[in-house]
Amino acid sequence: MSGQDKPAKIYALHLAVLAALFALNFVLPAYYHGLMARILVLAVFAMGYNVLFGYAGLLSLGHAMFFAAGMYGAGLGVVHFGLGVPLAFVSGLACGAVLSVVIGLLALRTSGVAFMIVTMMFAQVFALSLIYFAAWTGGDQGLVIPQTARMLNFGAVALDLTDPTVRYMTALALCAVALFMTAALVRSRHGRVLVAIRENEERTKMLGYDTFANKLVAVTVSGTISAAAGAAFALLFGYVGANFAGVQYSILPLLWVLLGGAATTLGPLLGTLVMYVVTDTASSFTSAWLLIVGVVLILLVLFFPKGILGTLRARWLGWLP
Amino acid sequence: MAFGPHLLLAVLEGLVTAAVLSLTALGLSLVFGVMRIVNVAHGEFFMLGAVLAWAVANALGGHPALGFVAALVIAPLIVGAVAWLAERLVLSRLKYNPESTIVATIGLLYVIQQLALTFYGPEARPVAPPFSYRLSLPWFGYSAYKLSIIAAAALLLIATWLVLTRTKIGLTMRATQYDSETAQAFGIPVGRVYAGVFALGAMLAALAAVLIVPISQAHYLMGQDPLLLSFIVVIIGGLGSLRGTVVAAVLIGVSDGVVSMFFSPTLAKMIATLAVALVLVFRPQGLFGTAPR
Repeated sequence: MSGQDKPAKIYALHLAVLAALFALNFVLPAYYHGLMARILVLAVFAMGYNVLFGYAGLLSLGHAMFFAAGMYGAGLGVVHFGLGVPLAFVSGLACGAVLSVVIGLLALRTSGVAFMIVTMMFAQVFALSLIYFAAWTGGDQGLVIPQTARMLNFGAVALDLTDPTVRYMTALALCAVALFMTAALVRSRHGRVLVAIRENEERTKMLGYDTFANKLVAVTVSGTISAAAGAAFALLFGYVGANFAGVQYSILPLLWVLLGGAATTLGPLLGTLVMYVVTDTASSFTSAWLLIVGVVLILLVLFFPKGILGTLRARWLGWLP
Repeated sequence: MAFGPHLLLAVLEGLVTAAVLSLTALGLSLVFGVMRIVNVAHGEFFMLGAVLAWAVANALGGHPALGFVAALVIAPLIVGAVAWLAERLVLSRLKYNPESTIVATIGLLYVIQQLALTFYGPEARPVAPPFSYRLSLPWFGYSAYKLSIIAAAALLLIATWLVLTRTKIGLTMRATQYDSETAQAFGIPVGRVYAGVFALGAMLAALAAVLIVPISQAHYLMGQDPLLLSFIVVIIGGLGSLRGTVVAAVLIGVSDGVVSMFFSPTLAKMIATLAVALVLVFRPQGLFGTAPR
């Protein structure tokens, strides 16, 4: 673990990263500007995943269901009930929170490999039910959220979420909130207990901590952050689809977190960014992007299990959060 | 068609599913039982078997039976070699850590799937059945080939059981499963046993795929359902138990056949998956398994 505690340095680093992302808004060409907004939202998903996988040490293979719960909670709210953007976002958050509490109560009765399989199966049931209730969810086709429904009204000021700059800034704001929330969480007492559970659950229990309750909080926080990403994705990009609930979207956050560095606050953001840059660069000469995902996963676990920031922290920068 | 014959048809279809499923699930169960790792790429070995069966049958031409028999031998061998290589190059270096191996086999899943898409293409292609005799029952005609799948799977299961319980190879495998450190101390080459078991598990999946490919075409995404169903079967049957695996496969196969005949297949899959997840939550040793030592 980080030997030295340097909160000022840590917060300065986070602010610098966010400032750089803010500056990117003005220099990126249109195509990369849109891509970057998408990366920022998906990085929030990865940050949510990191809370559970990186800090609590619980490998979930079903996080797509939390992402999709937020996405459909927001999307269906707009399409069927005519909710405005803020209420739709809250509805997505609420769906994710409720689902993650229920899944946590069930899945946390298991551990290790069984936990991975159980989460994968619950996610599968969730994805199948989205297809089964096609009359509501649009099934495989998904639903498009019309542009008129994606307006944020603050009295006289109306923000159009389909406008590139507004979209980028909203994504960045969400990313910043998620980043500081996770940074604060891992420095909190609860965050320390999670790390203790990851390192040795029996010993933590013996020291008098309620490990089940702590893990349940971790699943809920992780699921709700993932749902926030899903809800934002639906509202910013105007599409809700069953493929976001598929196995692939459970694997991707795992890949991003592993690549950037599990149990580092900035790792998920970096991992998502690097993976998108790699696949985007590779897509100019091959369409086989799944091959890249597969090879990167194998190489990471074989040679680079700590990821980019994890390795940096272990080698040179011990203070890195 | 009246309800009785309809039900009979559903049960027959379910038994064919069960036959293929028990072979696939047995492969997964062996790997988990002996090596204590979950092979997420198991469904892709199944798919690879089907795709290679098409390639072999297509390359040979001639009478369908010739191509089919050749596929039945060649496809599992190639799949076994791929699995052996993957085990030696990747899994053994991970020291069989459960989390790392799951991530690595997910990677393997994507690699195999993408290679199949690139070299085989997105089309679903059929393989001609070795014979096309149609058995005429009083109510409906039924493909004799489908019935022969059930027989072939039963034979293969018995053969696997004999190997596991009656031969030196089986004894070595069981010793490694029971206590790999002691087995090593007694001179059993544990690493080679692991590689062999991993290859054998993949070969069982490939065999099942070659058997099924004449009735359901080869497609690069066909590995997903067998993977999920195998998980279900292995969990309900209890991990590492051959008898439990077969009983669970018949249970799941037949109920899947009956439920999807009368209700929506999506609903059937939803209910089965949810039920199994709950079994895993509340009764982790499976319905037929015994509590872990």
